[in-house]
Amino acid sequence: MRLTCPQCGERDRREFYYVGDAVALERPAPDAGDEAWEAYVHLRDNPAGETRDLWYHEAGCGAWLVVTRNTVTHAVLDVVLASDVKGGGA
Amino acid sequence: MRVNGKGLVDRNSPLSFTFDGRRVEAFRGDTVASALLAAGERLVGRSFKYHRPRGVMGAGSEEANALITVGSGAARDPNVRATVQEVFHGLETTSQNRWPSLDFDLLAVNDLAAPFLGAGFYYKTFMWPRKFWERLYEPVIRRAAGLGALSREHNPDRYEKAFAFCDLLVIGAGPAGLMAALTAGRAGADVILADEDAVMGGRLNGETLEVDGRPGADWAAAVVAELASMDNVRLMPRTTVTGAYDQGTYGALERVAHHLEDRGDRPLECFWRIVAKRAILCAGAIERPVAFRNNDRPGIMTASAVRTYLNRYGVAAGRTVTVFANNDDAHRTASDLVAAGVHVAAVIDSRDDAPDSADFPVIKGAQVCDAAGRKGLENITFRTALGEDKIQTDLLAVSGGWNPTVHLTCHMSGRPTWDPTIAAFVPTPGSVPGLTVAGAANGAFSTHEALQQGMAEAKAALSDLGVKPAGVDLPRAEDGEYEISPLWSVPGKGRAWLDFQNDVTVKDVVQAAAENFRSVEHMKRYTTQGMSPDQGKNSNIGALAVLADATGRGIPETGTTTYRPPFSPVSIAAMGAGVQGAGFAPQRFTTSHVASVGHGAPMIEAGLWYRPSYFPAPGETTWRQSCDREVNMVRNTVGICDVSTLGKIDIQGKDAGVFLDFVYTNTFSTLPVGKARYGLMLREDGFVMDDGTSARLGENHYVMTTTTAAAGPVMRHLDYVHQCLVPDLDVSFISVTEQWAQFAVAGPKSRDLLNALVDETVEDTTWPFMGCAPVTVQGVKGRLFRISFSGEHAYEIAVPSRYGDSLFRLLLARAEAMGGGAYGMEALNVLRIEKGFITHAEIHGRVTAFDVGLGRMVSQKKDCIGKTMSERPGLSGEDREMLVGLKPVGPVKQITAGAHLFEKDADPVRVNEQGYTTSVGFSPTLESYLGLAFLRNGRARHGEEVKVVDHLRGITARCVVCDPVFFDPEGGRMRG
Amino acid sequence: MRFSGLRVLKEGLTGNKGWAAHWRDATPKPEYDAVIIGGGGHGLSTAYYLARNHGMTNIAVLEKGYLGGGNVGRNTTIVRANYFLQGNSEFYSHSLNLWEGLEEDLNYNVMHSQRGLINLFHSDGQRDAFARRGNMMLNQGDDAILLDRDGVRKHLPYLDFEQTRFPIYGGLYHPRGGTARHDAVAWGYARGASDRGVDLIQNCEVTGIDIEGGVVKGVQTTRGPIRAKKVGIVVAGRSGQVAAMAGRRLPIESHVLQAFVTEGLKPVIDHVISFGMGHFYISQSDKGGLVFGGDLDFYASYAQRGNLPMKEHVMEAGMTLMPMIGKARVLRSWGGIMDMTPDGSPIIDRMEGVDGLFIDCGWNYGGFKAVPASGWCMAHLMATGQPHEVAAKFRMDRFRTGVGLMDEEGTGSQHNLH
Repeated sequence: MRLTCPQCGERDRREFYYVGDAVALERPAPDAGDEAWEAYVHLRDNPAGETRDLWYHEAGCGAWLVVTRNTVTHAVLDVVLASDVKGGGA
Repeated sequence: MRVNGKGLVDRNSPLSFTFDGRRVEAFRGDTVASALLAAGERLVGRSFKYHRPRGVMGAGSEEANALITVGSGAARDPNVRATVQEVFHGLETTSQNRWPSLDFDLLAVNDLAAPFLGAGFYYKTFMWPRKFWERLYEPVIRRAAGLGALSREHNPDRYEKAFAFCDLLVIGAGPAGLMAALTAGRAGADVILADEDAVMGGRLNGETLEVDGRPGADWAAAVVAELASMDNVRLMPRTTVTGAYDQGTYGALERVAHHLEDRGDRPLECFWRIVAKRAILCAGAIERPVAFRNNDRPGIMTASAVRTYLNRYGVAAGRTVTVFANNDDAHRTASDLVAAGVHVAAVIDSRDDAPDSADFPVIKGAQVCDAAGRKGLENITFRTALGEDKIQTDLLAVSGGWNPTVHLTCHMSGRPTWDPTIAAFVPTPGSVPGLTVAGAANGAFSTHEALQQGMAEAKAALSDLGVKPAGVDLPRAEDGEYEISPLWSVPGKGRAWLDFQNDVTVKDVVQAAAENFRSVEHMKRYTTQGMSPDQGKNSNIGALAVLADATGRGIPETGTTTYRPPFSPVSIAAMGAGVQGAGFAPQRFTTSHVASVGHGAPMIEAGLWYRPSYFPAPGETTWRQSCDREVNMVRNTVGICDVSTLGKIDIQGKDAGVFLDFVYTNTFSTLPVGKARYGLMLREDGFVMDDGTSARLGENHYVMTTTTAAAGPVMRHLDYVHQCLVPDLDVSFISVTEQWAQFAVAGPKSRDLLNALVDETVEDTTWPFMGCAPVTVQGVKGRLFRISFSGEHAYEIAVPSRYGDSLFRLLLARAEAMGGGAYGMEALNVLRIEKGFITHAEIHGRVTAFDVGLGRMVSQKKDCIGKTMSERPGLSGEDREMLVGLKPVGPVKQITAGAHLFEKDADPVRVNEQGYTTSVGFSPTLESYLGLAFLRNGRARHGEEVKVVDHLRGITARCVVCDPVFFDPEGGRMRG
Repeated sequence: MRFSGLRVLKEGLTGNKGWAAHWRDATPKPEYDAVIIGGGGHGLSTAYYLARNHGMTNIAVLEKGYLGGGNVGRNTTIVRANYFLQGNSEFYSHSLNLWEGLEEDLNYNVMHSQRGLINLFHSDGQRDAFARRGNMMLNQGDDAILLDRDGVRKHLPYLDFEQTRFPIYGGLYHPRGGTARHDAVAWGYARGASDRGVDLIQNCEVTGIDIEGGVVKGVQTTRGPIRAKKVGIVVAGRSGQVAAMAGRRLPIESHVLQAFVTEGLKPVIDHVISFGMGHFYISQSDKGGLVFGGDLDFYASYAQRGNLPMKEHVMEAGMTLMPMIGKARVLRSWGGIMDMTPDGSPIIDRMEGVDGLFIDCGWNYGGFKAVPASGWCMAHLMATGQPHEVAAKFRMDRFRTGVGLMDEEGTGSQHNLH
């Protein structure tokens, strides 16, 4: 399995760390309530098909990546920097 | 029997090897199988279940019968295919799965008991009495089962792994593969051509077919020579592509040195990870047997294998040969044999319209229905409309048609498609992204088609790659039609084998269907059909045809089982290469490592690091003596300890403080420059992630310390928080764990030691408790922190790593001169237990800030990672197990880590369990064992006596619950 | 038909013509008292115990493929009761007790082999953690023995005690641990359920769950609608998709776990062994194949296949621990879909807000050994509406409340780390 890091190019899966659904980017406000936090930390759509998940180029540039991927075929459709998704300036 | 003038073996290089201790003559270029056949050895193995005598069946890696053991001693290699193992002088081979000998095998008695050992018999018996399974039935079954034997010694051979990259990977070097590689190679593409055989050419080497007007093998050799001359082409013979994986990654096993008498410094095998932009599968096809009574006799082979032995190895595998087929292709076996002067008794063809021959009799509309000759074929019985008849024959060449080698196309969940015209499954296009198929693997069985498809698929790949094709002409070759009429099994009494290896017969499959194992997966699992070393390459299609018939369905509707990697078996040593000894994980050494070892310290693993356990002084014979002394030394004079393994993260930027406020539960933005603070970090689910001190070195500059174990995870976490949650913050960080060597200088004399060493004056005004500032050590700029993990007046001094070794030696010399010295992990652990300081033994991932008594460190004035979820009702309150101290008060003075806590009179059973000990040590300071533990509602239970039970080690101690800070609870020694 | 040695003998003498179907293939009836979605190990055992323990026989198991085609037929067959947290401890202990009587109960030889399991440790810290575990096993009434290095050597002389990277300090020995023939467990339960009147319906995929006014009414399937008063979802890795039919999201992420088997070899490994410094566990099947596995591939997947990095890592772990297996050749590798929860422990619970709808899921990668007790407890819950006492802590709401989390690995809410 290979992912194309926007900064480093195509690399082997073993350079990357997987954390889970890209919902991890959508941290609720502290007072958003139980349900919002439950949804953020625990509940998952867990789709059999296209999904967006979060990877870390740990043995590379250290970038967190949002990967659009198919969980049935393992096709990788898109890889972008998480910081770009968040629209940050860093 | 050798046939003069035939074969590609080197007749000028005779050599000999042994089989079961007997000397066998051979030529360079032989396999063990070809040499054994040449020597007239027909019996080479025994089957798995019935221990039936077996001979060589095929000529490829899919061999089901001729499995042997190569070598002896520790390097003994079981289950080697005799059809793949190349001979070399002195090679030692033995037969397997027989006792006492191949010729006389006592377990052949199983064959007589066969009526009771049919499909799934073991699910129906051996249930009584219950205890007999482990004591009697299972050991007997286990001993009878299995094939070859491992040596039980450490594998002494060397293996390697490697990566390779290419534009185009061509898998298989038969006519299709050679043509594909030639087309792509001449165009300048970066090509890898891998073939499992030692000699490239595929079927061309086993046939008498011509390509471009010359013998196919000559054409193949010329193409291989041209490819070898190209810088952009890498030829990988003896390399089996074993699996297709995501994004164009392929696994491949290169058998580097199995064929060499003298390996030199070569590894035995190399496992390759090949990354290819495009791939073409040219893996050919595998000829399938036909099931009939006793079709497993030694001397019954596939028709193509008989041709291969004749044409490639110059071996006639029998003297009087009969061919049994349902297709035209097999007739070539008879033609080739006759041309080589070998007697062909008859071709028995199941088709009424089979072609005639002037060279041998063809018996049409006939089927072989029995074979006799227990240890070597003597005669066969065949049946026609007129009745049954016998033929005296010592070799039966069988062809039930060909199965394209579709396996790799199914490794990514693809399913093959049934093609009724060839009565076989063919690859479904697009099953593996980037991979196409050419030649026989694609169901195109003529040489012309193979060449043509190889060229066409290579051109298509070049086009995808943007490489301009160069001129390649399509060579002339035969383009015969493949005429076949399906024949899977010949009806009749007795046992007809499908899976030779696992002894699965037609009867077994029929019985499975009757018992409602009608799904092909159920049938496979119930009968073990296709679960043998050939993974059903010889038998699966036949078996599913029998199942389809038994269940009244068609073959496509019945479907196949799943093709899984590896294509052919791969040694664990190859895929797990490089780890024996110390190779399993990287080793990280501190700068003081050499000096510590020089002081006699045993080094122990701490994650990937090595740290000194203790520093034995002269006369000390146990670790406890050293540990007690080192603890006393720190409490009374001064001790030195390398703490460089703790994670250090340099954090800079104008928002650094705000960022730390978000990742720590407590506040760091208010920390004055020149001060350090203990910080607690939570996971987002509210449990403790890590702790450590972070120091503010400048207005926008901090250095964070993590525990040794969490250095990597914390760095990853900081990157996550920054990039994914608060990317607007102006902050940057980098791990500097390896850039700084850091040493604890701890004890009442630590200040004196430092004052004699550093340029600055170390005193309470310059380095107050939790103070930090730059320092100069003999001209080297470093950092000095006044922090303590021992509870003593203590410092940690950091210098760039290149000075670590000299600073450690210097510190040690000074400390020793003052009556102190180095201390190791054991003493460090006791010192921190005495003080109730926590490590990952306590913050083990199930613990909250509340549990360890740090609930108040979760600031109520700000948000931080984990804060909201830490407020869930279950994460605090009196039902939680809380950190406490334990001191023995009864007659048993010892406590152990991992013991459980109970009320003092309660039975030590699960329902009464109240907590457990995490860290235990003997405190020389307090002259008692001390324990840190988690106890339900423990903070409210100080003073209570509890029972501490370690069933495993037979220790039950009465302990009093107390505050986890056993020593100097006010912290006067640390602060003063 | 009762199975026995005598029967095998008699059939053998009469041409093996008398063997009957192990289970009936039923066609769906329009209505059942209960349907179980999922004909894997847990679904079949749930059906069996509903019939056996609660007399509910007007029930059906709906399986989209073939019975036992999921994780029960693609695991490394390990059976053990070596958990250390309340909730898990009593449940797996109950399961092991059921295993010990399973063959007699089912009249089916599932080859439950109590050959002993040894978890190796490689540091003092690991020893202490295993001591805590072993002591809990003994608290629960199960068995555990703490072995030192020499003790391990006595049982497993072939390990590489000289390898220097992570030396073997000792092991936690669980003599009652072992293996079973995984497929036979599914078939045995199927036969037992079928004999008691349960309808086993293969090739019947559930496509919808009918809920009216907060009450479950039945399911839609590829073989037509089926009414049911109670519906149990027991579909492991597919839990997310089936729960979505009831409008629910679950605290589950599905991951691929690979497993491996070698060619048949004469007996060489007599125990179940696990390595403490890299996820690796191994045993030898009665057929002679070394059966082993390791960690998840760590990315969400339904592909039932994995990639090379974890394959290699698993084999590296094997080679560092026991280099004698180097010459064994891997014959086959495969993958299963693991329903990973945020604490690594399972869920057997009512589906909140829908009367009559129940779910049994979240077995992470420990589902096989749980098959008997999972079915036992799920059947109890579905029949009585009350959780069984040994599964009372497997509640779905523990994640929301934080009460009673059972995080044996201590890795927190990241699903793939358990």
